[in-house]
Amino acid sequence: MSISIIGAGLAGLSAALTLAEQGVACNLISAQASERAQSVMAEGGINACLDTMGENDSIENHFDDTMRGGVFLADPNAVWGLCRNAPAIVKRFYDLGVPFPVNEKGIVQRSFGGQKKKRTAFVKSSTGKMLMTSLIDEVRKYEARGLVTRLPHHRVQALHIQNDICSGVTVTDSFTDKSVPLPGSVILACGGMNGLFEGMTTGTTQNTAELAALCLENGVELANLEFIQYHPTTVGISGKRLLISEAARGEGGRLFVERNGKPWYFMEEKYPELKNLMPRDVVSAEMVSVVNMPDCGGQVYLDMTGIGMDVWNTRLSDLREQIMHYLDIDPVKKPVPVSPGIHYFMGGIWVDEAHRTSVKHLYAAGECACQYHGANRLGGNSLLGAVYGGKTAAQTALNEGKEAGDAPALKTPEPYFEATPRFRASVSQILTRYLPILRNETELKQALHELDLLEKTAQNPADVRLLRLAQAVAGCALFRKESRGSHRRTDYPETDSACQKQTVVKHNEIFYRDIPELKNHEADN
Amino acid sequence: MKLIIEILRQKDRTSEPYRQTIAYEALPDDTVATLLNKLNAEPALTDTVGAPVGTIHWQCSCLQKKCGACAMRINGTPRLACDTKLGEFIKGRLCLEPLRKFPTVRDLIVDRSVMMDNLRAIGNWLEQPAVQTEKAAQLCYDASRCLQCGCCLEVCPNFTADGSFYGAAAFVPASKVLSQLKKENRQNLPQNYRKNIYSGCGKSLSCQDICPAGIDVEQKLVNSNAVAVWKRFFKASQ
Ligand SMILES: Cc1cc2nc3c(=O)[nH]c(=O)nc-3n(C[C@H](O)[C@H](O)[C@H](O)COP(=O)(O)OP(=O)(O)OC[C@H]3O[C@@H](n4cnc5c(N)ncnc54)[C@H](O)[C@@H]3O)c2cc1C
Ligand code: SF4
Ligand code: SF4
Ligand code: FES
Repeated sequence: MSISIIGAGLAGLSAALTLAEQGVACNLISAQASERAQSVMAEGGINACLDTMGENDSIENHFDDTMRGGVFLADPNAVWGLCRNAPAIVKRFYDLGVPFPVNEKGIVQRSFGGQKKKRTAFVKSSTGKMLMTSLIDEVRKYEARGLVTRLPHHRVQALHIQNDICSGVTVTDSFTDKSVPLPGSVILACGGMNGLFEGMTTGTTQNTAELAALCLENGVELANLEFIQYHPTTVGISGKRLLISEAARGEGGRLFVERNGKPWYFMEEKYPELKNLMPRDVVSAEMVSVVNMPDCGGQVYLDMTGIGMDVWNTRLSDLREQIMHYLDIDPVKKPVPVSPGIHYFMGGIWVDEAHRTSVKHLYAAGECACQYHGANRLGGNSLLGAVYGGKTAAQTALNEGKEAGDAPALKTPEPYFEATPRFRASVSQILTRYLPILRNETELKQALHELDLLEKTAQNPADVRLLRLAQAVAGCALFRKESRGSHRRTDYPETDSACQKQTVVKHNEIFYRDIPELKNHEADN
Repeated sequence: MKLIIEILRQKDRTSEPYRQTIAYEALPDDTVATLLNKLNAEPALTDTVGAPVGTIHWQCSCLQKKCGACAMRINGTPRLACDTKLGEFIKGRLCLEPLRKFPTVRDLIVDRSVMMDNLRAIGNWLEQPAVQTEKAAQLCYDASRCLQCGCCLEVCPNFTADGSFYGAAAFVPASKVLSQLKKENRQNLPQNYRKNIYSGCGKSLSCQDICPAGIDVEQKLVNSNAVAVWKRFFKASQ
C-alpha cells in the first residue's frame, strides 16, 4: 500500500503524522517547504471547548455555534466529530511544545467571531506559525525514520483517475522538471483557491487552485463553490490584502463609521449580543451597507484604542508591530481604515464525513475540501478543521488502502502546464468584479459571458482548466437562488429552507445534494 | 520613478549566469516582490539592449514577511523581496541576485533543501511531551518564528551548504526544542548540537542583525549553549 499526500500545510502534516504514528509510510508532496504554507500565516487562534475560562463551555456549544455560523449547510455528523475531537487536538499541540499561555485551569482562550464563549486557543497573533513549527518538528522525526518522504518542491502534473477510481498521482519536480509517478491512494491537502482571485486575498500566492481545476476536469465532484468568505477587516497593501486578525475585535476592537460627523458603532447598535463579533458574513455585509448610506462617511474604521496596554503587550504585540510596519499607523493611538477582503473558501472538493471524495482512493482535507464550515466559517475553526480533517482522511485512506492491494503502474501523463500569468489575471478580474459580497443574476450572467469570451485567449490546457473552475464558481453562485451565509443575492435576499442543500458540481453539471441527518451521538460522550 | 534593475539570471542549474538590466517605471511604494510580479506580467518586456526578458523565476508565498520564500540578495544584502520597498532605490540601481550559499536552480530561485536536511540530521524534535515553563515561553515563541529563509546563513562566515556547521537557521529552531527537554530524556539533539553548532560557531554574530523576522539570534545561541553544553535545563514551574 502506498499513500501520497499533496500539500504540507497543517492538513497535510496532520495526515502524514497520523500515518507515520501507525508505522505506515507516505510521500509528502508540496510546491514549497512547509514553512511557506499558508497555515503559517494564521493569526488569531484555534477553537476547542477546553472550558478554562469559567464560562461552562461544552462540546454542544461549539457544535451549535459552528452549525449556526455555517447557516446549517455543514454536515452535522462531521461537525460533531470536529468539535468532539478538538480538545484533544489542542492539548496535543501543547505537548508538542506550542507555547500557549496558561492559567490555573489550563490553556487560556479568547473571544472570537460567532462564538458565545471564549473558545479560541492562541499564541499572540501568530497561532498558525506556532502550530506549524511544532508539527514540522514532529513530522521530521518520522522523516528521519524513513516513514515520511518529503518531495518539497513538486507540483501535481496529473491525477490518474479512471471510472471514478484513483490509482495515483504524477508530480513534477519544479527544480529539475523531472516527473515522478506515485501509484497508490492520494490525499489532497492543497489549500484554498486563492489563485482564482489573484492579488485580492489575504493568503498565499502558492495556492493556485490548479488542483481543484484538475479535479473538476477529472470528474471529481466539487461543492459549495459560491461560498467565499470576505473577512471584514483587511487592508490593501502592495500585491495583496493584509488581514487584521479577528483577535483585534476578540480583545476589544470596535468597528465604526462616521455618521453626521460622529463615530457610529453600528455593529454594537444592531447586534447587542455579539456586537463586533458577529460571524464574518454578517459583519462584512453590514460594512457594505453602512458605507453606502448617504449620511455615513464611506469608510469603516477599526478602533483598537480602547484595548489595554497589558493586552497589547502580552497578546497582540505582533499584531501591533504588523499594523505599524505595513500601514504606518499605531493602532494603540489611531483607528485603522478597513474593508472586507477575500479570506477563505468554504467550498472545494466534495468530501463525506470520512473525507472520501466522490472518487475511490482519493481523499481531501483542509481548506481545499468542502467540509465543516457550511455557508460561512467561524474564525479558529479552519486550523482545527485542517488538523482534524487531515487526521480523518489519513485514517480512512489507511483503512481503505489495505483492501486496495498494490497499485498498477501509472501511464505517462501529458507534460506539466501552469496557467499563464495574463490569463490568470483576466480570470481573477472577472471573478473579483462579479462575485463581490452582494451578487445578482445580471452580474453573474455577465461573469459567465465574459468568461466564455476569454476562452479563445487560453494558451494551454492549464488555462482552460482554470477557466472551467471559474465558470463553475460563477455557475454555483447563479444556481443558488437565495441568500445564506457568505452568499448574498440582492435579487433573492431571503434564506430559503428549500435550498438548505449542498451545491455540487461535476464536470459542467450543477445540482443540489441533501445534507446528511444528524446521527445519534449520545454514545460518544 | 524610473528604476534601473539589474538581475543575475541563470537558465538552469548547470548553465552560466548572466546579468540583465531593465529600465522600468516603478512605484516607490511597491515592494521588490510586486515589481517582479509586474515585470513578469508585461507581455513583451525587453532589457536595455532590446533583448527579451521572459519570465524571471523567483519564489514567494505570503507576501508579508511570514514565510521566508522570497529571500534574495538585494543590492548585496540578503533580504525578503516582499519586505523591501522600491522607494529605497530612488537614486540608485536595484540589483537582484540569488542567495550565494545555496545551489541556484534558476534565476533567483535557490535550493535550500540543505536547511531541512540539517535540522533532520541534528534530530530537531521532541521524543517526550514538551516541558513547558513560564521562563522559556517567550524564548519558544521567538524561536518558533524562524522562517527558514536562510539570510543568516548567507552572511555567516562559517556556513557552507556542504559543510558540517549548520548555523543560526539550525540553532534558532533547536533552542526551542532544547528548552523543552527534560534532563533525563535521552535525545541526540544536545550531542549533535555540540558537534554541528557549538564547536563550529565563531560567535561573530554576523547573523544577529540580518534576521528579517527580527529574532534575537544571540539570545537563542546563549540559551542553547546553556542546555546543550552546560546542561542547564529549564525546570517545569509546577
Ligand atoms: C492571514 C490569514 C490568517 C488566518 N488566521 C486563521 C486563524 O486564526 N484561525 C484559523 O482557524 N484559520 C485561519 N486562517 C485560515 C487557515 O490558515 C487556513 O485555512 C489553513 O491554514 C489551511 O491549511 P491547509 O493545510 O488546508 O492548507 P495550506 O496551509 O494552504 O497548505 C497547502 C499546501 O498545499 C501545497 N500546494 C498547493 N497547491 C499545490 C500543487 N498544485 N501541487 C503541490 N502542492 C501544492 C502548498 O505548497 C502547501 O504546502 C487564516 C488564513 C490567513 C490567510
Ligand atoms: S555567530 Fe557567526 S559563526 Fe555563528 S552562526 Fe552567527 S554568523 Fe555564523
Ligand atoms: S534565524 Fe532569521 S535569518 Fe535565519 S533562517 Fe530563521 S528567520 Fe531566517
Ligand atoms: S513571500 Fe513570504 S516572506 Fe516574502
